[in-house]
Amino acid sequence: MILSIYNFTLLTDKIHSFLSAHMSEEFVLTTELVLIGLLIVTFVAVLAMVLIYTERKVAAYMQLREGPNRVGIYGTGQVVADVLKLVLKEGITPNGADKLMFNLAPYIVLSTCIMALAPIAFGNGLVLWDLNIGVLYITSITSLGVIGILIAGWSSNNKYSMLGAMRSGAQIVSYELSAGLCIISIVVLAGSMQMSEIVNSQADGWWIFKGHLPVIVAFIIFIIAATAELNRAPFDLAEAESELTAGFHTEYSGMKFAMFFLAEYINMFVLCAMAATLFLGGWMPFHIGHWTTFNNVMDYIPSPLWFLGKTFFIIFIIMWFRWTFPRLRVDQLLDLEWKYLLPISMINLLMIALMNILGWHF
Amino acid sequence: MNSTPIDFFPIVIQFFVAAGFVGITMFATHFIGPKLNTRKKLKPFESGVQSVGNARQPFAIKYFLTAILFVLFDVEVIFLYPYAVNFLELGMSGLITMLLFMGLLLCGLIYVIRSGALDWE
Amino acid sequence: MIASVFYFLSFVSIFFAVMVVVSKNPVHSVLYLILTFFSIAGHYLLLNAQFLALVHIVVYAGAIMVLFLFVIMLLNLNAATEPVKSSLMKFAGAIAGGSLMLVLIAVLSKINSIQPAHEVNTQIGLIKNLGKILFTEYNLPFEVASILFLVAMIGTVILAKKNPHTS
Repeated sequence: MILSIYNFTLLTDKIHSFLSAHMSEEFVLTTELVLIGLLIVTFVAVLAMVLIYTERKVAAYMQLREGPNRVGIYGTGQVVADVLKLVLKEGITPNGADKLMFNLAPYIVLSTCIMALAPIAFGNGLVLWDLNIGVLYITSITSLGVIGILIAGWSSNNKYSMLGAMRSGAQIVSYELSAGLCIISIVVLAGSMQMSEIVNSQADGWWIFKGHLPVIVAFIIFIIAATAELNRAPFDLAEAESELTAGFHTEYSGMKFAMFFLAEYINMFVLCAMAATLFLGGWMPFHIGHWTTFNNVMDYIPSPLWFLGKTFFIIFIIMWFRWTFPRLRVDQLLDLEWKYLLPISMINLLMIALMNILGWHF
Repeated sequence: MNSTPIDFFPIVIQFFVAAGFVGITMFATHFIGPKLNTRKKLKPFESGVQSVGNARQPFAIKYFLTAILFVLFDVEVIFLYPYAVNFLELGMSGLITMLLFMGLLLCGLIYVIRSGALDWE
Repeated sequence: MIASVFYFLSFVSIFFAVMVVVSKNPVHSVLYLILTFFSIAGHYLLLNAQFLALVHIVVYAGAIMVLFLFVIMLLNLNAATEPVKSSLMKFAGAIAGGSLMLVLIAVLSKINSIQPAHEVNTQIGLIKNLGKILFTEYNLPFEVASILFLVAMIGTVILAKKNPHTS
């Protein structure tokens, strides 16, 4: 049972009727569009700042340091100061760079990330655009980011950038395949590609609990593939600072660099939100069989909190990886995908299909 | 479950929001920061070493091979989406079709791996 | 409404298609080609073929264009290295292209009963209906496609092994 007070369709309906009572129809539409636009922009900015702060604090505590603690309460002002610094910096376009492409690359990378946020279900009825092929939309839009990275590396006229772009391009496209296969294995189980229906199919238990071993395997492969797609350690050899300075964004400075930085964190949120929605039930509360009291208590926690909690849990795991595993070589990286993860995820998908046809899941 | 082109109107909004946000911030910060261009500053940064020649040089063919294989397997993944959505109705015959399809592709992948094309010298 | 969107998308796709041919730098051409693909995906959306529209973006803009970028970087196709074609070649190309256009115009002018999209069943482009048809009526072509993939894979390996010391 989902409590009706946390159903956000009621809230949106209220806003709509409130606006319609006071204005003409076209004006209502414009106001709502402006509201949505402001919401997206604020969300993106706040999300990036929270993630950067989390990353620095997690890194610090893993290394027995304090992390940022001077500016503001517990160092929270540090992120704002950093953003201010990046805004005030000079944006350099190096000699020999292709000016148009050099400025276009961060544009492509960030705007594709922001567009991928649209079909994510943040809570019960709290979804910007519940598209009937939402999962495919997210994978297709995020796959465009590679073009921005390749163009950034090519246009900088810098050997480090070029090498970094080649590496990260090859890495992202390879790992996209196993991520796609893992996504399809949940689409097979849920029978739909709509985000809200995938969440609703987990009302009686999350897929990771209902789906036996194959779904757990798919979840693990998805997390590995997501880490690689994000170019994060231990797969960060595209921006391996000891050999390539900063990879494809070596030549970028000021706000253009900030765009890449922002895109990295928003991409991380999108992929972890996907993992949370597909495998961990999205905004569905945690329920145990017939423990009615326990289940009712869980229902009182608002659905966006459940969703954000699960997403940040997966984000924490990915940040944890960074301080646990050593960096791979480029041949090891491509071997891992093409020789192990891809065949395993293909066979795993067939197992899930067979399991579902024979009705073996709960 | 019917669907019309109007359902895709939000994508247009989302696109304008994304493009507008990125565009405005980049345009605005273009005027905020200092502007002092010297010849040395505009040189490509290669850890202080004098940069030699053109950076846009040919590289290992392995990357190209990865890209081609990616295109092939990406199309395969795309084919799986329409199957995954209505495979319960297709039942066992659909599964056998898919088994054949994926089996052939797996054979291809095994051939690629065994031929050593993915090995790095 | 739909008609004006259609004209806008057609203008955008033709404009960027011309830019692909005109621009000197191959990477710029790739970028214009991506924009052309986006406008074609918009056309698919107008026909209510949503799955096809997204597949168009995934496969063409996301995969084939990445391959193109890799090829351009592999071959080092800078603007300066593009070979200059002789005027005879240009003349021959113009004649060949012109005759192809004549044939196409002749064929298209013969058709006089194109059904408007809103009269046929417009739900056919949805993924569910598309999948049902693909995996029942068109099972054999689907399996043949996998053999095509196999051939392509073998071809890639042979091409890549022929010259192992390109770098």
